[in-house]
Amino acid sequence: MSTYAQPDGTLKGGRRSSPRSWRWSDRIVLVLAWAVGILLCAIAAGIVVYLAVQGIRYLSPTLVFSRPQTSASQAGSGGFLDPLLGTCMLALIGTAVAVPLAVCAALWIVEYGRPSWLARVVESTIEVIAGTPDIVIALFGLSVFELGVFAPLSFTSEKGGVFGQSLVIAGIMMSLLAIPPIFAASRDGLQQVPVHLREAAFALGKTRITTIRRVLLPRVRSNISTGVTLGISRIIGDTAIVLLLAGGTLRIETQGGVPVLNVLRGTTGSLTTYVYENSPAGEGGAPQKAYAAAFVLLMFVLVLNLTVERIGRRDAANSGAALTQGVV
Amino acid sequence: MGSETIFELQSARHLRDQSLSGAGVATPQAPVGETVPPVRTIVLDREPTPVRPPDERQAVRVVQETAGPERLALKSVGVSYAGKVAVRDVSLSIHQGEVLALIGPSGCGKTTLLRTLNRLTELTQSARRSGEILLDGEDIHDLVDTELRSRVSMVFQQPNPFPMSIFDNVAFALREQGRRKPGRRELEPQVIDALERAGLYEEVHGDLDRPALRLSGGQQQRLCIARAIAMRPEVLLMDEPCSALDPISTGVIEELIGELRRELAVVIVTHNLAQAHRVADKVAFMYLGDLVEYGSVRDVFEAPRAERTREYVQGAFG
Amino acid sequence: MRERLRKPWPDHRAERMLGAVSLLFAVFVLAMIVFVAVRAVPIFHYDGLSWLTGSGNLENQVSTMTNASVGARPSTYALSAWPIIYGTVITSVIAVAVGLVIAILASVYIVELAPERLRRVTVPVVRLLASVPSVIYGLIGVLVLVPFFNEHLITTGQQESVDNVVQLTGGGLGVASLILTIMITPIMIALICEALITVPVSWKEGAVALGLNPLRAIRSVHLRAIRPAIVAAAVLASARAVGEAIMISMVSGGKFFSPKPIDGLVFFYEPLRTLASTIVDFHEGLASPPLRASLYAFALLLLFAALFFSVAGYLIKLPLRRYQTRG
Repeated sequence: MSTYAQPDGTLKGGRRSSPRSWRWSDRIVLVLAWAVGILLCAIAAGIVVYLAVQGIRYLSPTLVFSRPQTSASQAGSGGFLDPLLGTCMLALIGTAVAVPLAVCAALWIVEYGRPSWLARVVESTIEVIAGTPDIVIALFGLSVFELGVFAPLSFTSEKGGVFGQSLVIAGIMMSLLAIPPIFAASRDGLQQVPVHLREAAFALGKTRITTIRRVLLPRVRSNISTGVTLGISRIIGDTAIVLLLAGGTLRIETQGGVPVLNVLRGTTGSLTTYVYENSPAGEGGAPQKAYAAAFVLLMFVLVLNLTVERIGRRDAANSGAALTQGVV
Repeated sequence: MGSETIFELQSARHLRDQSLSGAGVATPQAPVGETVPPVRTIVLDREPTPVRPPDERQAVRVVQETAGPERLALKSVGVSYAGKVAVRDVSLSIHQGEVLALIGPSGCGKTTLLRTLNRLTELTQSARRSGEILLDGEDIHDLVDTELRSRVSMVFQQPNPFPMSIFDNVAFALREQGRRKPGRRELEPQVIDALERAGLYEEVHGDLDRPALRLSGGQQQRLCIARAIAMRPEVLLMDEPCSALDPISTGVIEELIGELRRELAVVIVTHNLAQAHRVADKVAFMYLGDLVEYGSVRDVFEAPRAERTREYVQGAFG
Repeated sequence: MRERLRKPWPDHRAERMLGAVSLLFAVFVLAMIVFVAVRAVPIFHYDGLSWLTGSGNLENQVSTMTNASVGARPSTYALSAWPIIYGTVITSVIAVAVGLVIAILASVYIVELAPERLRRVTVPVVRLLASVPSVIYGLIGVLVLVPFFNEHLITTGQQESVDNVVQLTGGGLGVASLILTIMITPIMIALICEALITVPVSWKEGAVALGLNPLRAIRSVHLRAIRPAIVAAAVLASARAVGEAIMISMVSGGKFFSPKPIDGLVFFYEPLRTLASTIVDFHEGLASPPLRASLYAFALLLLFAALFFSVAGYLIKLPLRRYQTRG
């Protein structure tokens, strides 16, 4: 009889006020909100699809696994193995430096945090670091590591001029990109650990530090993982620090003779600088290679995003919090 | 158990099992905002009072004396959430000039029934309703929901004034009526009138632009009442309006209800029996989704017919 | 000694250690300000604060600086950086203003309007848009949007109208603002969505019970209630917007020019540079002392702006977070 009747004879709902009877401004908002929602999905799909189409067209195993050559012609200019390795190494160093620092800070804030004004200062400085533009971080890194005292860390010229650039320096400064997400994720995770767990540990006579190591840290492992994944995502997406601090070179150039140190002290590029240089903005000329490298980069980012989602879903966390975690 | 025979018990249980849509044993479903006690702890050593077949409803009285015209008519109303029955086969009549109190222990479905009257149950996706509810003769589910709610207003358990000024709170619904937004000067007399009828105007008339959240609990609740009656609804639904308030504010609001009922029909859900006795003209006692007893306040409190009712009003459980 | 390290530390020592690490960050920010300021001193030394104005020709000044070497004449330190300050401001203002409107609409869509299945798609989409590297945005901008603007949007007539002053090549304010908007909107969406979810259900119920349709309830009650969060979102997005370097460098046309609104639609086709994109464009010239000082001066300005926005955003968010503590 009624359109709202259910098979068992009950009613689901009644007449709803239809948008046709709403005020004009409400109707406009309704349409615009839907339009924006669809538009965002379209843009994201557009970016991914476009890069996939262009990237796959030019991507080949030789590109990925061969080293770049300086050459006048496209055919001879090789692939992007070096930049790829550069990206990986930078991410590794950056994360390795960031995790202990960020987790220690989160632990201090949540477990101790005295005096409280100091805690707020620390939190706001991490927010400041999060909001600092990457080129400013790069310039700061330059100004610090140019000092003679850091010469062993950086690329030096024959005349002894300290450039303040090297792979390890770039990695260290990149950690600043990763620290805010790791800190925020760890802090939120620690705050969600119920108080009674800590109380139980103390009641058993454990010191705070043991409690932290044995009880708390294992529990927030997935939070830290989320933070680390987000941090890695930020690191591999950065261009400015690599350009200014790692030299932005096409190939990995080593410095000195010591086996591992020479790479660390040397210069490198990354996928991001490779894309930049090959686009019309850089040396230009090879948009195909740029597309291919960009596609690989985007795939990394997508995989990292999926990882964050999977960890988040496993946690069954609040969906609101899950959204902010990936973004701010 | 009085006059019940084994035969009646058996047939009643049979009827009860049949009326559930295949859900098996009746499990009381928690209406929104109430907790459900497990069945076993309430039923002592016997079955719950069986629902009497329609033609044998002795506990549900047909009351002749009414104060005003009938506003809401409920006919065999049932509500279920996700297949679990919350309200079963309730028929009532709500008149202007009267206060109807819905009483019963937690989880008996009184709040669900109240929220069905302004179709607020629709906010839950899985809600289903059976039976008829007529507002001045029209079926409420044929009315547009926004229009229905401007004629049947609600006040909630926790005062929930909006984060705006007092004036904006009361004018809130008035502003949303119609296509054009009325100006402040147009609305002022209506706002003041609503505040006066809610007994709040004297306390706040100095500064109507003060943020509403700065008022005390009792004042906030009266503000919510003013907000609800500003549109001159026909029925005012109140869901335990005083349970979050102190005794003095409670008294003020109970007095207010007494005055409001002259122009409206009031339905109030309360778990405070003394309050029901003070405030109500008619009382409906519900238990586990069934309407067990309905009548004037004197009849239900002083001469209850059903055993359950007697136990409840004498404080045995609830 | 090793024994001492291996046994679990007493609490006070652990607290001090962890506290020291945390303080490192504060020290770090201070060091950042100091080091960058020190490198920028030569510019202040020569120009005072007038380098913020546009009195000279920035194009010439920068090329003089690029060619200078150590021991250059003091006059090479002349700087009037207003065009790029203006460029930074205008791109950020447009991006934040447009992005905020889009973010509010998108948040209403996600929280209220979208059916469950669409919501489960849209949320990851927003996160994806936030994590796309800026160089990829720049790449698509320079290879797709800039040619599109150049070939399909800019007419010959418009080109000629500004021919005497500047050449329109497709890259400029329009492309830069457009992409910047897309880049910063996800940040705002995340913050606003989170705020919308924390609005008490009782308000929405109350509004619906008074006869409002759900969308109207959201507009009248929720959006008013989360006004601080909206401000925080705008502020934090501004920090991101002023700091964007690579993408802008790739699509903005790379000229020291201040787009003029008087020019009408052409305003959006005119090229520009921002503080951040200038640093990227000229980073190879850091060996030249005057240029290095200028770049550090720009960085100092950016640092202060970012500092201001981040602290302001943090202070605004602080009371909001108290309502969200769970567990």
